[in-house]
Amino acid sequence: MSSDAAVPRAKSTGLHQGEAAPGCAKVDPILVADGVRRTFGGMTAVDVEHVEIPRGAITALIGPNGAGKTTFFNLLTGFDTPDAGTWSFEGRSLAGVPAYKVARMGLVRTFQLTKALGLLTVLENMKLGATGQRGERFFPSLLPSIWRGQDDSIEERAHELLARFKLDTKAADYAASLSGGQRKLLEMARALMSEPKLVMLDEPMAGVNPALTQSLLDHILGLKDQGMTVLFVEHDMHMVRHIADWVVVMAEGKIVAEGDPSSVMADPAVIDAYLGAHQDVDLGVVTGRVAGTSPQQADAVRDQIEAEALEELEQEENR
Amino acid sequence: MDWSQILNQSASSIISTTTIAYALAAVGLGVHFGQAGLLNMGVAGFMAVGAYGYAISILSFGFPWWLAALTALFASVVFALILGIPTLRLRGDYLAIVTIAAAEVLRLLLLTVAFDDVTGSADGLFGFSGSFQDSNPFPDGEYGFGPWQFNETTLWPVVVGVFLLALSVLLVWALMRSPWGRVLRGIREDEDAVRALGKNVFAYKMQALVLGGVIIAAGGIVYTLGSNASPGVYVTSLTFFVYTIVLLGGAATIFGPVLGSVLFWVLQYFLSNLMPALVDAGVLPFMTANQAGMVRFILVGVGLMLLVVFMPQGIMGNKKEMTFVK
Repeated sequence: MSSDAAVPRAKSTGLHQGEAAPGCAKVDPILVADGVRRTFGGMTAVDVEHVEIPRGAITALIGPNGAGKTTFFNLLTGFDTPDAGTWSFEGRSLAGVPAYKVARMGLVRTFQLTKALGLLTVLENMKLGATGQRGERFFPSLLPSIWRGQDDSIEERAHELLARFKLDTKAADYAASLSGGQRKLLEMARALMSEPKLVMLDEPMAGVNPALTQSLLDHILGLKDQGMTVLFVEHDMHMVRHIADWVVVMAEGKIVAEGDPSSVMADPAVIDAYLGAHQDVDLGVVTGRVAGTSPQQADAVRDQIEAEALEELEQEENR
Repeated sequence: MDWSQILNQSASSIISTTTIAYALAAVGLGVHFGQAGLLNMGVAGFMAVGAYGYAISILSFGFPWWLAALTALFASVVFALILGIPTLRLRGDYLAIVTIAAAEVLRLLLLTVAFDDVTGSADGLFGFSGSFQDSNPFPDGEYGFGPWQFNETTLWPVVVGVFLLALSVLLVWALMRSPWGRVLRGIREDEDAVRALGKNVFAYKMQALVLGGVIIAAGGIVYTLGSNASPGVYVTSLTFFVYTIVLLGGAATIFGPVLGSVLFWVLQYFLSNLMPALVDAGVLPFMTANQAGMVRFILVGVGLMLLVVFMPQGIMGNKKEMTFVK
C-alpha cells in the first residue's frame, strides 16, 4: 500500500473563501445546509449552523461515534426530516422533498449497513439503479416494445460499470452471494447507474477486506475524475488523509472544524478530542510491521503511548 | 373401499370453480406476498369484496353479470386504496394487522342483520346467477371426459374462470419480467435501498396492492359466479388456505400459485373421501366418519408448518434462493 501512496493524486485546493473555519464559505458549493437541527426526544443529534460542501471535490465527514454523521446524511437525503433548518442542493431547496425525488435530482447515497438486494441478481441490482426507465411505469411495462431498447442500453452500461468494479463475473449471481466488500462495491456501482452529481458514501470502508481497500479508494478517486462530487463518512483516518480534499469534523451534532486534511489533522483540538492522541502515528509503526522503521523507534513510540496512558489513569484516580 | 370413486372425485377437483377461484386468489397473493413482500392477511376480505360486490350489484342494482363483475373489481380497487393509504408508509407488519382486521370487520358487516336486505346477513345471497347463465353460449348437453364431466350450467363458470385465470397469470408474467417487476422485487428486498435509487416506493407498493387485490377479488367472483355468496366462506382460515397454496406452489413464482391450488384441492378431496372411507372400513376405529372428514383441516395446518420450515421456496421456487435466506 505504501508504494501506491508514493504517487498520490493532486488534491483539489482553493475550495474555500476566507479562513478555513467551521461554516466557511466555499467558492462553488454544491450542497448548503443552514441551521439544520434534529432532536430525538431530549437529545440533539444534529445541530449544524452552516456548512457548504464544495463541488467537484472529495469531502470527508469525520467525527467520533454518535457525532450525528449518519443522521446528518439521512437529513440531507430526505430519509429523515429535521426539526428546523434549510438545506439546498445546487441551489434548489430540499426541504420537504421525499427521498426518491432527492435521488432523482442527482444526489445518491449508500448506506452504512450495505443494502444489496439479496435475491436479485447483481445485474438486476445494477439495472435498478438507472433512472427514468420507461418500463418502470405500470402500463408501459406491459409492452416490451416500449422499454426493450432502453433496457438493453442500460444493461450494456451496467456491464461496463461491473467490469470497472471487477464484478462482471458475478453478474448472474444473487447479490446475497457476494462478500461484504463486494457488496460495498456493488452498492457504489449501483449508485453510479443513476449518473449522480453528488455521491454520499456512508462508511464505504467499514468491514471491507484490506485487499479491497485500495481498489475502493481508487474508485472513489475515479468518481472525482469523472466530475462527480463525493461526500463520505469515514473512521479510517488514513483513507481520509489519502483521498479527501476537504475535511469536515462533527462532534455532538455540531461542525467543530473544517479544512484541508493535513491542517485539520494537525489541529491539536481535533486530534485530542476526536481522533485519539496518536492518530498521526501509523499502527504499523507501533507494531513494528512497517518496513523502514527500526525496532528502537517503534519501542520508543510504544513506550510513549503507554506512559501517557498510565499518566491519564493516574490523573483519573486522583480526581 | 371404493378406490375408483375416491380417485375420480380427487381428479375431478383439478378443474372446478373452487380450484380456479383459489388459484386466482393465490396468484393475487403471490403478487402481494411473493413479489412485493406485502404481508396481506386479508385475502378473505378481498375475496368477499369480489363475491359480494358481484352479488349485490346484480340483486340490488339489477346490473347484468359482466357489469356486476366490473363493479366488484372496482370495489376491490377502492378496498385496496383504503387499506394501503394509511399503512403502506409504515413498516410491513402494520399492513398484516390492518388487513386481517379489515377482513374481519367486513365479514362481520356482511353477517350483521342491520344490512339484511342488502347482504342477506347469515343466509348470504343467492339466486343471482340468472343473468350469468342467460349469457351461457353452450347449448344444453353433457361435456367433458373421464372424471371431468360438466353440463352446460357447470361448464360456463369454469370456462369464464379459466379465462380469467389465464389472463391474470399472463398479466402478472408480463409485469414481472419488466423493469416494473424488478423494482417491485427490489422493494421486497429492501425498500430504503430502492428509495435511495430514486423510485417512488409508496406508489409501487400501492400499485402492487391494487393489482393483487383485483386478482384476489376476481377469485371471489369466480367462486360465486354460478352459486351463492355466504359470509361463512370468507373467514380467516380461508386466508390461511390461500397462504398454504401460495407457499406450496412457490410464492415468488408466476405459475406456482396455480399449481399449488390444484395440488391443494386434489389433496383436500382425496383426504375428505379417503378418511371417512377408512373409518367405514374399520381402519380408524377411534373416530367417527364425521371427525375423519375434519382431520384434513388439521393436516392443512401441519402441512403449512412443514412447508414453511422445510421448503419455504415452494415446489416451483428456486432452491438457490433459500441458501441466502437469513
